[in-house]
Amino acid sequence: MNIEHGDVYKISPHHRFQWEEAQNCYVILFPEGMVKLNPSAGEILNLVDGKNTVLDVITSLKKKFKDAGDIDKDIISMFQFALEKAWITKD
Amino acid sequence: MASLNNGVESNVTQTQPLWLLAEITYRCPLHCAFCYNPTDYADYTKNELGTDEWIKVLRDARKLGALQLGISGGEPLLRDDIEDIVVEANHLGYYSNLITSGVGLTEKRIDAFKSGGLDHIQLSMHDITEEISNFVTDTSTFKLKQKVAAMIKDRGYPMVLNVVIHRYNIGHIKEILEMAEALGADYVELANTQYYGWSLINRNQLMPTKEQIDEAEKITNEFREYIGNKMKIFFVVPDYYAERPKKCMNGWGEVFMIVTANGDVLPCHSARVLPDMNFPNVTNNDLKEIWYDSTAFNKYRGDDWMKEPCRSCSEKENDLGGCRCQAFLLSGDAEAADPICTKSPHRHLIDQALEDSKNERLQAQPIIFRTDKNSKEIIQGEHKERLKDFKALP
Ligand code: SF4
Ligand code: SF4
Repeated sequence: MNIEHGDVYKISPHHRFQWEEAQNCYVILFPEGMVKLNPSAGEILNLVDGKNTVLDVITSLKKKFKDAGDIDKDIISMFQFALEKAWITKD
Repeated sequence: MASLNNGVESNVTQTQPLWLLAEITYRCPLHCAFCYNPTDYADYTKNELGTDEWIKVLRDARKLGALQLGISGGEPLLRDDIEDIVVEANHLGYYSNLITSGVGLTEKRIDAFKSGGLDHIQLSMHDITEEISNFVTDTSTFKLKQKVAAMIKDRGYPMVLNVVIHRYNIGHIKEILEMAEALGADYVELANTQYYGWSLINRNQLMPTKEQIDEAEKITNEFREYIGNKMKIFFVVPDYYAERPKKCMNGWGEVFMIVTANGDVLPCHSARVLPDMNFPNVTNNDLKEIWYDSTAFNKYRGDDWMKEPCRSCSEKENDLGGCRCQAFLLSGDAEAADPICTKSPHRHLIDQALEDSKNERLQAQPIIFRTDKNSKEIIQGEHKERLKDFKALP
């Protein structure tokens, strides 16, 4: 599936996304499994809330990480990956 | 931004008990032939931890990093405080899972679980036929399980079905998957019987043939193609037909912590069978010390304990020598390579077991069901002829 700038995603039902103090990272929890997310993935999914469009996510991350350069592609591919893993669904 | 590495954090440096499994009671209304509970569980049905003690366990484990909580047993619903435990688990930020046979799940209780924040319920199912389902559980619970499945779905829970596979139901894999689809299952675990506890003494009665397993796997793969993303199917392969053991519990004391009904803390479900082990108890030890410093949790951590052929094996990272309990139960040596491994000097024990499971005389022996009566008899030294091949069962 293609990720469009206007798409709105949310964390999939039966999945929980949360910050973990003990591991110092974001995690995704679901039946029979969990994934510890690296900082970039965590920052992205933290903005996936059923309201922000993909473009909103890109814009706020660009604001937050000014020195990061051109991160559009990385963000889109993270969306792609999270979608394949069924961590997120289209609203 | 750092490279995305598929979003998965990779630099995990120290062990953490990410999964807490609360075997909250060993009491159970079912008597499954394949139950992995210890055959001497009757000794552990006394002195169950109270609600406050469980809540303390939950808090302490959470501080150590535990995230996934499994509430299992026995049948956890035999306790009337699961509601309170669920509420606390939710407050603490666990992703919580009730592992149940469905017996004792009422409308009222499931509503309380839902409002208390229980994340999912894993229901065990046994077959599509009432006859076999009732036979292997030694109860008449088939119809009730169907009803409970509907109730779980109705409350908007993800439907997670666990089906233990053995000779009696392996011929019905397709029908079982169709039943799961009809029930709206999101996840189905087809778990081939692993031979510990009760399933070990009933091994000759339960073990399917290689051909049956290959066929079952083929059917599962075809079904996966057909159903796609709608239903996730896990097919847990039985290790007896493999050439290498599984990395048991993902490594001893790596990510799993099991707290039993009476508060003993174990690195794996069946660790109690191991010799010279003293398992610490939460009522008089600190959970953090248990995880990091106890002799029990350090004994088989990593690979320092290994002897040949594992010690110098180039594949040891893959399986860490396999399962300590299986090694001991079958070979009598807890530090031996798991006999599943074709490099193990004890592999002949597995081959013999596979031969025995085809022996009609052995097959015809009655199943010893998991009942209090049978457990007490085993503790008192009965059923010797069925235990003699297994070094560690009482
Ligand atoms: S396997 Fe069967 S007998 Fe054993 S605890 Fe589970 S439901 Fe009870
Ligand atoms: S010899 Fe030991 S470490 Fe090597 S593959 Fe076999 S069980 Fe694993």
